[in-house]
Amino acid sequence: MNGVHDVGGMHGFGPINPEPEAEEPVFHAEWEKRLFGFRFAVGALGKWNIDMSRYARERQHPADYLRHTYYENWLAGLEKVLVETGLVTAEELATGKAAGLANEDIRKRVCKAEQVPVAMAKGSPATMPLDVPPRFKIDDRVRAINRHPTGHTREPRYVRSCVGVIHAHLGAHVFPDRSAEGVREGQHLYSVRFEASALWGESASAKSAVYVDLWEAYLEPA
Amino acid sequence: MMNNEHDHDHDHTDPPSDLELRVKALESLLVEKGFVDRAAIDAFIDTYEHRVGPRNGAKVVAHAWSDPAFKQWLLTDATAAIASMGYTGFQGEHMVVIENTSQVHNLVVCTLCSCYPWPVLGLPPVSYQSSPYRSRAVADPRGVLKEFGTQLDDDIEVRVWDSTSEVRYLVLPEHPEGTEGWNEEELAALVTRNAMIGVETAKVPEDMGGHDERRP
Repeated sequence: MNGVHDVGGMHGFGPINPEPEAEEPVFHAEWEKRLFGFRFAVGALGKWNIDMSRYARERQHPADYLRHTYYENWLAGLEKVLVETGLVTAEELATGKAAGLANEDIRKRVCKAEQVPVAMAKGSPATMPLDVPPRFKIDDRVRAINRHPTGHTREPRYVRSCVGVIHAHLGAHVFPDRSAEGVREGQHLYSVRFEASALWGESASAKSAVYVDLWEAYLEPA
Repeated sequence: MMNNEHDHDHDHTDPPSDLELRVKALESLLVEKGFVDRAAIDAFIDTYEHRVGPRNGAKVVAHAWSDPAFKQWLLTDATAAIASMGYTGFQGEHMVVIENTSQVHNLVVCTLCSCYPWPVLGLPPVSYQSSPYRSRAVADPRGVLKEFGTQLDDDIEVRVWDSTSEVRYLVLPEHPEGTEGWNEEELAALVTRNAMIGVETAKVPEDMGGHDERRP
């Protein structure tokens, strides 16, 4: 979707004002910490994947997305996937009162403290086997297809219609556009190098390039 | 309201915000419904607050600076090389390490959200999550670097890596001069989180107050 989360190249956000590294805490408020923890724990039930979670955040009203901090967007996204996957009803969210309890199937999957280190170390790999050979090879010239899907996509707007060169083949990875719909499908993934001038024309930063990871469906020969 | 309910003696002058209440209510709801275990929540928090962070990445960089064979492995199969040091897991399943040289400076961003290599850097700083950084890193990297106090010569090529997939990028900063004889622990102290994102270069020995003073 052409959402406001896709901010690459936008103007007007002002200076970055980074906090000094030595002084920056991991969390800036107690609620961020709790949210981080229980979002992880409920995510471990396996009711949604990372792309569904991103797509939920992206579907907020653009004004809300931009006004929110990172963790506020996490909260909004979590509330949405909880309701959409049926774990929580809109009424339960509004009242804070549980109308029903987890069924047996869910209870079996609840993450216990002793399982946390193993789960963390294992992660959730996105690579998968694929029988089809890659369409592109290193140094091929490719164009990022000018596509505007209304669903989730990881092809940023600023590369669309632009020509770059295949820098690396990164293997076959889960395709996010379908993954956000709950379908786990593998597709070749490439690192594509775009000269800054190909992306930004006359306003390009001198002597610079941008490398973007793009799936095969986002690319055509150029 | 809540201020009157608890009786411990430190000052609470601000009432909890709507946000705090909303998060607290959601946690209670998820616990009540039986979806989450509070001890597991605490374990997730503890992991990222105390165990996983940029000191992990600094150790990887210091090891690469000290051991050419490890550096070669890191640049060709970062996931395996980093795993050999015990750093694996969420948001680091597929790692790529990019090397800064006298000719090339690398900078990492995620324009679409805030993808970041957690096992080696921990959770992203607010600047990395911010719209100003995400919007400008790809279009005006030299301007962004200046805002972090990093001035590059015009003949150095800037490469920006937009983390649009599940591949996570870590910058291997240039090894500063004047560190002959330093051990890996001493070298790691030169490696900042920001240097591994690529918004800064590594510290130099002068920043550390001289070699002798660093030794206990």
